[in-house]
Amino acid sequence: MRIIRFLLQKEFKQIFRNKTILAMIIVMPILQLLILPLAANYTVKNINLAVVDHDHSSFSQKLISKITASGYFKLQGYNPSFNKAFELIESDKADLILEIPADFERNLIRKNEQQIFIAVNAINGTKANLGGYYIGQIIRDFNNEIRLEWLPQLPANTQEGIQIVSSDWFNPFLNYDLFMVPGILAILVTMVAGFFTALNIVKEKETGTIEQIKVTPLKMRYFFLGKLIPFWILGNVVFTIGLITAWLVYGIVPQGNLFVLYGFIWLYLLAILGFGLLVSTYSNTQQQAMLIMFFFMMIFILMGGLFTPIDSMPSWAKVIARLNPVSYMIDVMRMVILKGSGWQDILPQLLKIFLLAVVLNSLLFFRKKISA
Amino acid sequence: MPEVVIHTEELTKRFGSFTAVDRITFEVFKGEIFGFLGANGAGKTTAMRMLIGLLKPTSGSATVANFDVYHQMENIRKNIGYMSQKFSLYEDLTVLENIRFYGGIYGLTDDELKAKSDQLIIELGLQSQAKKLVASLPLGWKQKLAFSVALLHDPKIVFLDEPTGGVDPITRRQFWDLIYSASDRGITIFVTTHYMDEAEYCNRISIMVDGKIEALDTPQNLKNQLKASSIDDVFYELARGAKRAE
Amino acid sequence: MKQFLAFVKKEFYHVLRDKRTLFILVGLPIAQILIFGFALTNEVKDQKILVVDNAKDIASQRIIADIAASKYFQIEISTSDAKQILPSFKKGIIHLAIVIPSGFQNDLVHLKKAQIQVIADAADPNLATTLTNYISAIIADYEMDLNKVSNVPLRIIPDVRMLYNPQLKGAPNFVPGVMALVLMLICVLMTAISIVKEKETGTMEILLVSPFKPVLVILAKAVPYLVLSLINVATILLLSVFVLNVPVKGSVLLLFAESTLFIITCLTLGIFISIKTSTQQVAMLVSLMGMLLPTVLFSGFMFPIENMPVPFQWLSNIIPSKWFYIIVKSIMIKGVGFSIIWKETLVLLGITLLLFLISIKSFKIRME
Repeated sequence: MRIIRFLLQKEFKQIFRNKTILAMIIVMPILQLLILPLAANYTVKNINLAVVDHDHSSFSQKLISKITASGYFKLQGYNPSFNKAFELIESDKADLILEIPADFERNLIRKNEQQIFIAVNAINGTKANLGGYYIGQIIRDFNNEIRLEWLPQLPANTQEGIQIVSSDWFNPFLNYDLFMVPGILAILVTMVAGFFTALNIVKEKETGTIEQIKVTPLKMRYFFLGKLIPFWILGNVVFTIGLITAWLVYGIVPQGNLFVLYGFIWLYLLAILGFGLLVSTYSNTQQQAMLIMFFFMMIFILMGGLFTPIDSMPSWAKVIARLNPVSYMIDVMRMVILKGSGWQDILPQLLKIFLLAVVLNSLLFFRKKISA
Repeated sequence: MPEVVIHTEELTKRFGSFTAVDRITFEVFKGEIFGFLGANGAGKTTAMRMLIGLLKPTSGSATVANFDVYHQMENIRKNIGYMSQKFSLYEDLTVLENIRFYGGIYGLTDDELKAKSDQLIIELGLQSQAKKLVASLPLGWKQKLAFSVALLHDPKIVFLDEPTGGVDPITRRQFWDLIYSASDRGITIFVTTHYMDEAEYCNRISIMVDGKIEALDTPQNLKNQLKASSIDDVFYELARGAKRAE
Repeated sequence: MKQFLAFVKKEFYHVLRDKRTLFILVGLPIAQILIFGFALTNEVKDQKILVVDNAKDIASQRIIADIAASKYFQIEISTSDAKQILPSFKKGIIHLAIVIPSGFQNDLVHLKKAQIQVIADAADPNLATTLTNYISAIIADYEMDLNKVSNVPLRIIPDVRMLYNPQLKGAPNFVPGVMALVLMLICVLMTAISIVKEKETGTMEILLVSPFKPVLVILAKAVPYLVLSLINVATILLLSVFVLNVPVKGSVLLLFAESTLFIITCLTLGIFISIKTSTQQVAMLVSLMGMLLPTVLFSGFMFPIENMPVPFQWLSNIIPSKWFYIIVKSIMIKGVGFSIIWKETLVLLGITLLLFLISIKSFKIRME
């Protein structure tokens, strides 16, 4: 065990002398947590609306005002024809076209029914869906309003019936930050732990110091341990900096027990570090290590459930997601920080991560040869 | 009869259909400076790597410090030192830190470490550089440091892989002084090189061509045998027909 | 010219011999397309929900049956104990719960008014909103059925048409983004690292001492990645057309031309980075942090730019991939011609020229 002390001394000295790593450890959490949530905002608003109003009545004007007053839509302007408005969609100046036919008000009263035309740029499916839904809602509300206004004497015709009382738990203001930040934290820790570990070992391969070590009586498993421990500590440091930043900037206070949180992180880091070390044994140059790491990281992060829900994935993708440590981390982050889940709640994730850590690290320790 | 510290018997290494080292048999005696010569690609680095445990032989046998390379590598490691071509010191650690690290890896106690590192620093004249990063040292000093670090744990044999590449003649000379003093202390030196003039400094040399040992004797005997005036000429004679170069 | 080709040949050898890297450089876009195309979607289906039925009458049964029949939802837990909701949320089993109060049908029939409580796990606000919307739609449909009163007067009926992507698939949004990402990655990252590596190992000096113009040395390094990137563009397009069923509506030639421009932009960027950095580690970090991350964030394909704070929106204007993303989207998904995207093309050209000039200047300074 004395040997570990020497290994750790060396590693830490090298880490602290490496200005790049230090900058990354401190700057990256702060940067990512500040910029990403600000940028990664999926709330749908400021949809550019192009109006084609053939009716030109105060009625159509009221409808348009109501739509723009909702805050979801930004009135881009009035256009004389659908084709002209379509050009705006082509050049991305408008997202949605509302076309009100001529004599809208008159025909509504005469025929009791009128169509109103909406064309949505659906390249972004979510945006189109929500945008269409919102405008539908506003039109429906408007419809009910004018019905009440013009025909107050028909009470039974109000289509009331079932009233839906909806409440949002854990995030009553539908604050997107609360959703993104824990997930980003998860990704942050994963990237730092994974990348730097892999690069570190490959660098020793490249400079040849690993050969020197192989000739010494130092057992390979101690060598790997000497690599795991410092980066494990580093991972914890990054996580803590991240948590503090989340608290200072977003006011996010973990609802759950900090022990549960850290307990999971400890296991999780072991798994990720094991993975990073494994990748390093398969790479000969830093370039390779970095690319391989990036490849896997990208898959892990994309399929981790941060940007799109895992539930919506096809079954083959769900299988991959189940093997993806990042998805468990993101789950647990959200569960413990936002919902206050406890040990029992995260037991399945805990077990799976434990399994992953064991598998990855034993693959590593049984690998006698370092050069691939 | 001098003690045999390295013994190989038909040692062979094949990579697929390519035979890098072809059934070499030789012995190295305690305390001697043994030069392992050959052109690039002749197989000398491969052979050495088999002796120090960086490669597993395909066939044949070898013992180092009376331990078998197949099954007793652990013991071998405790008894040998190694200086690779790249010197393998940590550039981002100081001189002292490198010494402490490698010394610690070899199991030196804290007291031993202190004593040895003080001694080493004085011997090499590195007092003013002790706390500086190795990266800032000139090449010659790195080289001497790497050698000294390889000897920290008083190994029986030290393996040097092309140790004098790229240094000036004066530094080379100084380096060989270090080798001599180590040899005087009873340490066996196994050195590979392609500088033929360094062959003259060795007790015995072997010359590898195309994976085989074509000559093994004292430098003087070889020169007499082949009626050559320098080892350069000896080498030229032997390696002329070599099929592998570079 | 012959010398230049000799250099280019050597560079090709470097790239082709590193099989692992090559595999990833070609496999990465394929993996991304498959993931983005198939796995990443906001589509809601089979979402597990919890139903608390305190009414247990025909109306509530009917609503529950409707929900179960819908492809959006899957009833995971059916209970009469509302206390189960919180722990189920905490365990992450369900994201939505509905509570039908007792006497539901009674209220509907006699009071013409009844309530249903919908509780959403708003840790994911969008999901919560979407799920609430869908369940509201199902309940609204039931309501309409109940009323079946088509003589409700003054009906405004919205006729909604989805343009370009009627099935609301994720792919049309993502494929252009993946192209931008992949090209950025390969061209900026790989070029920067490959040049810096030569600096680190010292072989760069040898090249610079040769009678060869240093500019040509660097250009030779960029050529294999140019070729590789064009191959990747072709791969992505083929995958998009035949596997994801997202065809190229506009001119393929124009697409390739614009891609080549963007590739050159990225290569120039990579070269610039390599001039300014001296170790591989730093070059990599700068490329990743400085280039890739902004691309993912500010190009507009993952996160809508218009939602971002205004300073970020300005920032996104200097990110080349933002402009390229618009160009690809326009050509591929909307099918427009050059007349619509000439502005964006000009911006990209401008950025490239600027980078080129800065690089040459920096290089000259380095030499002195």
